[in-house]
Amino acid sequence: MTAVAGTRRRAVENPAFEFVVRLGDDRLVLGHRLSEWCGHGPILEEDIALANIALDLIGHSTSLLRLAGELEAKDRDEDALAYFREGVEYRNALLCELPKGDFGFTIMRQFLFDAHSVLLWEALTRAAVDNPANAPSLAAGLSAIAAKALKEDKYHLRHTSEWVVRLGDGTDESHARAQSALDALWPYTAELFDVDEVDQAAAGAGVAVDMPAIRSRWDAMVSETLARATLTRPADGPVQRGGRRGRHTEHLGHMLTEMQIVARSHPGAKW
Amino acid sequence: MRASDEVRDENELRARDDVRGEKELRTRDDVLAILDTVPDPEVPAISVVELGIVRDASVTDDGAVTVTITPTYSGCPAMFEIEADVRAALVAAGAKRVDVRTVLAPAWTTDWMSDEAKEKLRAYGIAPPGRTAGDDLVTLTRRRTAVACPFCGSTDTRLQSEFGSTACKAIHVCNACRQPFDEFKAI
Repeated sequence: MTAVAGTRRRAVENPAFEFVVRLGDDRLVLGHRLSEWCGHGPILEEDIALANIALDLIGHSTSLLRLAGELEAKDRDEDALAYFREGVEYRNALLCELPKGDFGFTIMRQFLFDAHSVLLWEALTRAAVDNPANAPSLAAGLSAIAAKALKEDKYHLRHTSEWVVRLGDGTDESHARAQSALDALWPYTAELFDVDEVDQAAAGAGVAVDMPAIRSRWDAMVSETLARATLTRPADGPVQRGGRRGRHTEHLGHMLTEMQIVARSHPGAKW
Repeated sequence: MRASDEVRDENELRARDDVRGEKELRTRDDVLAILDTVPDPEVPAISVVELGIVRDASVTDDGAVTVTITPTYSGCPAMFEIEADVRAALVAAGAKRVDVRTVLAPAWTTDWMSDEAKEKLRAYGIAPPGRTAGDDLVTLTRRRTAVACPFCGSTDTRLQSEFGSTACKAIHVCNACRQPFDEFKAI
């Protein structure tokens, strides 16, 4: 990552917490975006599928934010982290917060994200195994979540990759929409592979992820599906990033307003 | 979680009020036998033990029971209800205190389901899960074996939807008897 001119980077206080919050926020925000389709899917089966995938992602974020809260040790559980942080405290990649767009946009984003998730979980599943002598709560906690999420995300990836082929290699209209979604999303994918001092600190704590290797596998996997879908992989150009540092698009604030209002209007409510 | 806290408080009150406590709940097997009577709330044909949710159990001399459970899917909304059902069943069986712990590792798999449990699913009208493919690489192209219709047994069936009424099921249709049916996904 390159520093943005005029901003001074503050040192990250608790890198282990930060590392896990990033993973949790990606899935919470994207899960919420998917849930916006509930009752609005183009066909019943897809309505159910998107809601199911949303549920899985929010389940992953629940486990991750719970672990983050334990690592932080400031008495914040997953609900406190989800409902009582401001937008600038969210650490999701910008890709996840973009509005859901049309069905083609939602499917294309989910496909690009799922492919990244599956490869990342595979790496994190091995993290604690490769470092048995150096597996504190971060590595052990993450590898347990990763092993579980990997199974579920593999299923999602198969589903979304088949849809990418169906839309890309479908009608002129579906092809055009799929290509336009891909072109719009591509500059946002780079942020998923960024490595900074948080990742380096995590590596020191037994969670080493070879991100360049994941990126090249991701590129091969995505390119293969895009080719089958008769879609054109966009050229790598200028990229959009900032979410990992709390610099978000205006879309996140609107989404959080809706997501957080009940918890904030009735703090401590039990139901 | 908040809902389950309330349920726990209620169950603890009931546990304290239970002065009889004469039921035999002395060994791990006693506890598992009770849990084997607790149906899964979404697939009541099989118990939470048969489903593989219950990973371990223990009981102390003074009747305090510890149960370890694991979620099927990460976002399964039935987990809170399962925890409440487990508590209620054990309290009713004489447990003085019930501690339910949730673990994520090892990750739940349908391979833990016994053949007997799978047959119960089939008889209930849900095609049981096949064996998982194991640690395969990601395959983007489906290579599914045919899922047999739980009603007529025909393997001339088609996948209608990869996602179904609950996180653990997919929907198929039988071309032979025209009956739509659920499949318990192998994971």
